[in-house]
Amino acid sequence: MKIVVCIKQVPDTAEVRINPETNTLIRDGVPSIINPYDLHAIEAGLHLKESLGGSVTVLTMGPPQAEGALREAVSIGADEAVLLTDRAFAGSDTLATAYTLSSAVRTMGFDIILCGKQAIDGDTAQVGPEMAEFLDIPHVAYVGKFEDISREGLRVRRLMEDGYDIVETPIPVLLTVVRELNQPRLPSLKGKMRAKKAEIKKLSLADIGADGERVGLAGSPTQVKNIFAPEARKDRKTLAGTPEEQAARLIEELRGLKCI
Amino acid sequence: MNYFLTEEQQMLRDLTSQIAEEKIVPVRAELDEKEEFPHEIMKVLAQSDIFGIFIPEEYGGLGMGSFELCLAVEELSKACLGVSTTYAANALGTYPILLFGSEEQKRKYLPDIAAGKRLVAFALTEANAGSDAAGVQTTATKDGDHYILNGTKQWITNGGEADIYTVIAMTDRSKGPRGASAFIVEKGTPGFSFGKKEKKMGIRASVTSELIFDNCRIPRENLLGREGMGFIVAMKTLDQSRVGVGAQGLGVAQGAIDEAIKFAKQRVQFGKPIISFQAIQHMLADMATQVEASRALVYAVARHIDSGAKDFSKVSAMAKVFATDTAMRVTTDAVQVMGGSGYMREYPVEKMMRDAKILQIYEGTNQIQRNVIGQALIKEAAGRENDS
Ligand SMILES: Cc1cc2nc3c(=O)[nH]c(=O)nc-3n(C[C@H](O)[C@H](O)[C@H](O)COP(=O)(O)OP(=O)(O)OC[C@H]3O[C@@H](n4cnc5c(N)ncnc54)[C@H](O)[C@@H]3O)c2cc1C
Repeated sequence: MKIVVCIKQVPDTAEVRINPETNTLIRDGVPSIINPYDLHAIEAGLHLKESLGGSVTVLTMGPPQAEGALREAVSIGADEAVLLTDRAFAGSDTLATAYTLSSAVRTMGFDIILCGKQAIDGDTAQVGPEMAEFLDIPHVAYVGKFEDISREGLRVRRLMEDGYDIVETPIPVLLTVVRELNQPRLPSLKGKMRAKKAEIKKLSLADIGADGERVGLAGSPTQVKNIFAPEARKDRKTLAGTPEEQAARLIEELRGLKCI
Repeated sequence: MNYFLTEEQQMLRDLTSQIAEEKIVPVRAELDEKEEFPHEIMKVLAQSDIFGIFIPEEYGGLGMGSFELCLAVEELSKACLGVSTTYAANALGTYPILLFGSEEQKRKYLPDIAAGKRLVAFALTEANAGSDAAGVQTTATKDGDHYILNGTKQWITNGGEADIYTVIAMTDRSKGPRGASAFIVEKGTPGFSFGKKEKKMGIRASVTSELIFDNCRIPRENLLGREGMGFIVAMKTLDQSRVGVGAQGLGVAQGAIDEAIKFAKQRVQFGKPIISFQAIQHMLADMATQVEASRALVYAVARHIDSGAKDFSKVSAMAKVFATDTAMRVTTDAVQVMGGSGYMREYPVEKMMRDAKILQIYEGTNQIQRNVIGQALIKEAAGRENDS
């Protein structure tokens, strides 16, 4: 089982202070950490490997310094580490990031991809699901518990605002995970020693065969106008039936709403 | 102070400090209050390879020494002496196997100990054998390929929780101290049970119990070294581990200083933070100076042991006495610096003060350590006289 965990290096927000004059965040000198949700994704990867066998590869896209986050992941137990780094990737929004990461995992090979629910420096929660779309595989977001793990597929608990869903999915699949899923383990001493010497594989734009127009700033259509937390929608309907019936009813509904 | 740690030693210190901060500090008060054994923390230490530090690589350990063990014990002790006692008693129980075990015994036990799968305890003390270890009354009678153990050990750290016990018993009472032998006894052996669990003043996360041997048959292969070597095994073991008790002293004292400084900076009386009063500063200055001196001594002795020195009873005793007397004084003064708050369970220093007391008592009281140092001085002086 090839398990790939996507991680991001972020500023430690617990250490970020606010400049009282400008009211902006002081990012200088703030230590970098692995995005906290991603620590749960790494733990999930190690747990799946312990049940199913195989290997855990951590992947990050970032500047050369992001190597620190990868080495930390190796000290916790990851078998391999890949750094996606290229000037062309600078300025990526979630779409370009998801495109780049998915191009990389396609060349690396995978069975299960794990991501944290969201990164604490952006909070969009978009990259994981977008990657699954680029790869054309199913995804389950907000996974809070593994109900059943087998080589054929996974049964997971997806935490929702008003309860939870039990979702069964085949493999390959992409999961994004929440804190409730597990307790991330700490590094081990042998892991730390291995991490110091571990080879960090570096991949560039050319290595992953991606389209240069779709990465970095050039591939990022996002314009930030306003940042807010969306309110939970209450006007909801649940469609029942076989997947085919549900799809047919969904099209009906959307037509009724003049969405399509 | 720069103690010239290697990169690996620095890693070890960082990791144990992270474990202490993230996994021990948040639960220490509760473990103390409930007198609860720290099972979860032991699992974390196992997963992080901390049990393997002092065990050679060929038996699954990290092949480090006394100095690295001291670094780990110091960091754990900053957070909780109950936890660090549990961890250190495991090393104490393992030394007899490490120092005197046969190749077979080492292969059988050390890998599981290094992995933290099986916890160890050391059993010497009895009702009539405290400082006077020669008073051991537990007997081991040879019976063909077996020994049959009878007697009761008391105040054994990790008793009941440990899977492996190194036990000192008399194989020939007529020979006095030369009639003692050391054995490995596994939990679950018929005739081996646990008695009273003690209620203690401090280190309440650690468990201290009675071991009861009632016609307990153990195979001959479980004898450590040769018959009659029991007290040598015990004394060499204690020489090795005592410096670690010194490291516990460093840790708890440093933990107390850190708390006292934090408090003194924010507590305001007479319109000023109390740390601005010279009386407080002088107390803190003395505390910090004594701890730094203890650290220098403990580290130097641990490195001396690791250098392959043959006889280190004297210096090991010095490190234990100095660092643990310091720990008692410093934790008491930390309570004083913090006033009434220091006395309350809301703050961690009252626990540190209660905990620190044990360091002057176990693994040989500090009076006994002074006896050891005194005797060594007499011997050295006699040696010099003979030379001249
Ligand atoms: C919490 C705890 C955990 C322990 N864990 C273990 C363990 O894991 N394994 C184990 O084998 N033992 C263990 N012990 C036992 C411990 O090592 C003994 O308590 C210690 O050696 C002292 O013996 P004692 O308590 O019988 O005191 P005693 O020997 O009765 O001493 C009483 C007092 O007399 C003094 N004294 C005695 N003889 C002399 C002398 N010749 N000169 C000067 N002063 C003297 C002592 O210093 C002390 O002040 C533990 C004890 C405690 C309290």
